[in-house]
Amino acid sequence: MQVVTPLFHVLVFPGFLFLVAFGLFVSWVDRKLIAKFQNRVGPPILQPFADLIKLLAKEDIIPEHADRAMFAVAPLIALAGVVASIIYIPLWAPVALKAFSGDLIVVVYLLTLPAFALFLGGWYSANPFATIGATRVLSQLFGYEVPFFLACLGPAIAAGSWSISEITRAQDNGLWLISAAPLSFAVAMIALIGKLERVPFDIPHAKTEIVTGPEVEYTGRRLAVWKLAFLSETIVGAALIAALFLGGPHMWGLPYQAMPAWLTAIVGMVVLAVKILLIVFFLSLAQAAMARIRIEQMVQWCLLWLGIPALINMGVIAFVIRQVGA
Amino acid sequence: MAKLSFPVGPQHPALKEPENLRFTVDGELVVDADIRIGYVHRSIERSCSERNYVQDMYLCERVCGICSNAHTLCYAMTCEKLADIEVPERAQYIRMLMHEFERIHSHLLWLGVAGHEVGFETLFMYVWRDREIIQDILEMVSGNRGHYAMTTLGGVRYDITPEMADRIREGLKVLRQRAERYADIATTEATFLKRASGVGVASGEVCRSLGAAGPTARGSGVPFDIRTAFPYLKYHTVEWQVRTSELCDVLGRTLVRVLEVIDACDICLQALDIMPEGDIQARFPRKVPEGEAIARVEAQRGELIYYIRSDGSDVPARVKIRTPTLANLPVSLEMLRGGQIADIPIAFASIDPCFSCTDRMVVLDDAHTGEARQMTWPELVKLGRQR
Repeated sequence: MQVVTPLFHVLVFPGFLFLVAFGLFVSWVDRKLIAKFQNRVGPPILQPFADLIKLLAKEDIIPEHADRAMFAVAPLIALAGVVASIIYIPLWAPVALKAFSGDLIVVVYLLTLPAFALFLGGWYSANPFATIGATRVLSQLFGYEVPFFLACLGPAIAAGSWSISEITRAQDNGLWLISAAPLSFAVAMIALIGKLERVPFDIPHAKTEIVTGPEVEYTGRRLAVWKLAFLSETIVGAALIAALFLGGPHMWGLPYQAMPAWLTAIVGMVVLAVKILLIVFFLSLAQAAMARIRIEQMVQWCLLWLGIPALINMGVIAFVIRQVGA
Repeated sequence: MAKLSFPVGPQHPALKEPENLRFTVDGELVVDADIRIGYVHRSIERSCSERNYVQDMYLCERVCGICSNAHTLCYAMTCEKLADIEVPERAQYIRMLMHEFERIHSHLLWLGVAGHEVGFETLFMYVWRDREIIQDILEMVSGNRGHYAMTTLGGVRYDITPEMADRIREGLKVLRQRAERYADIATTEATFLKRASGVGVASGEVCRSLGAAGPTARGSGVPFDIRTAFPYLKYHTVEWQVRTSELCDVLGRTLVRVLEVIDACDICLQALDIMPEGDIQARFPRKVPEGEAIARVEAQRGELIYYIRSDGSDVPARVKIRTPTLANLPVSLEMLRGGQIADIPIAFASIDPCFSCTDRMVVLDDAHTGEARQMTWPELVKLGRQR
């Protein structure tokens, strides 16, 4: 049992299978929303699933001059990092499956893995498009990663803990931390666009410029793993923001105390799913409303307009806590 | 980072037709650019001197899928000069209407593609949705959405009835409003401005010295338009102006094109009102007198020139086509050099390139001396059919 339970958590729920299933659904919502914004019909609900099956069935090619080991391992590292991080994020109750003081840092670190894996996969593909895309991945990382981390520190300082579960539990009284850290919330949302490499920050992929960049040599099931990694990262990233700023599974007016435990869990999951979909709605809206900007514009803009507001918000929270505490 | 050779094409998502651009890049900077054309050569010029004047009409229509009407128009004008035929007034107005309809559809198509090149998919979808209005008009008038086959030697093939005219007016009014909206988006949308403003710069001087044509030159403040410089059809009877922009970048070219859509709507609306009644075709002889003639029209991409030499038979001795993309390629390389990799698609697309019209072929006997040789027709046929 001691081996089976963690395996179940990683592979089935809330890990791999759950992430994939929910990720495919969210991806459909995303595509449908963008289609509606663009005055199109959009795909049927099973389309993302069909795309996945199709990719899995396709021929798997490793370029002759690529580094075989790095090329093969990179997408798996990305997916593994994301799937592992969900364990520390509260999904149905204010407390996650596993929690310890400092798991926020672990999750932020694990969510950076896909970017590094993408860089390595692209760099070792031995393709000029992939090489340029890989360097763009790293340049972009400097643009969004620092503001994202600073933005996550806002609620951490406000709640006085480095554990996501602790931070979520601190919001159980109905006082969501978005009220204390509105700027941090905005920064985290925009940095998430950069993390997920979506328009206007889809610079490393940029299909009309560098033909999907680091992924250009990937085919078949390896490409499918990349797609799954970024799908899962969408879910985990959105769930992390919901947990830090929007009270996670908490919703005002719901009598959690009066419910049996199993009902609380289901209601909590539904509430969180709605919050994730709202965040995805924002991502889709941004994608439909904007053009892709250039890498140097992105880094400059992010450090200025994301970094500084996140710092200011953090400073204000720290100052207020110091005053109240003293 | 070491300098990298970076190919774009012959197969690349940014290109709609096969062509090979070679870049030397240093990180994200483009150090040098070179182009190789010749992937879609179809020996249309040579084929023209194997067919009679009427058959060539069909061939010239197929030089380009987007400016097909400009090609037949220019070809017919050249033939009419050779045969000294006067085209009826009404036919000239209908030709002008078709010419401007095609400009509207082509510029809107380009605007959508420009949105796609900078990752602004919503602009692409909206513009192409609105482009359907002009496509419906074209279909109503000619029966076709592309390759309209409207022009014929000595006139046009179909008349525009009063009911059609009313529906055209309705459609154009909507389109004019939409074009104004897009002009507004192009000048105010922050992310689009970031990608268009100051990108792909070519000064007016560079454009003049490298012989740029059409909106590419006008976007750099060169007020050259065949419609006013060498008037043809009935452009002198309607009120409009040559649009230029002093911005010299992608944004300038975008604005020129969008404003030209608005102008084209105005030209058409005026032309529909002042069009006289009458014949739409003059009789054209089977054989054309000996001689040579040249005609030029302002196609949507720039100046289009046809040269035809006749030996007195029913088959032209030589047809020479100079398409606007060939004129714009040198200046496009100038735009790309010193820019960034991210700007390659939009900067190159800003000349609205069309490669299948541009490709020409020279057979070299000796690659070192550059001595050229004429291919015979059977040789060409064999080359075209071999696998």
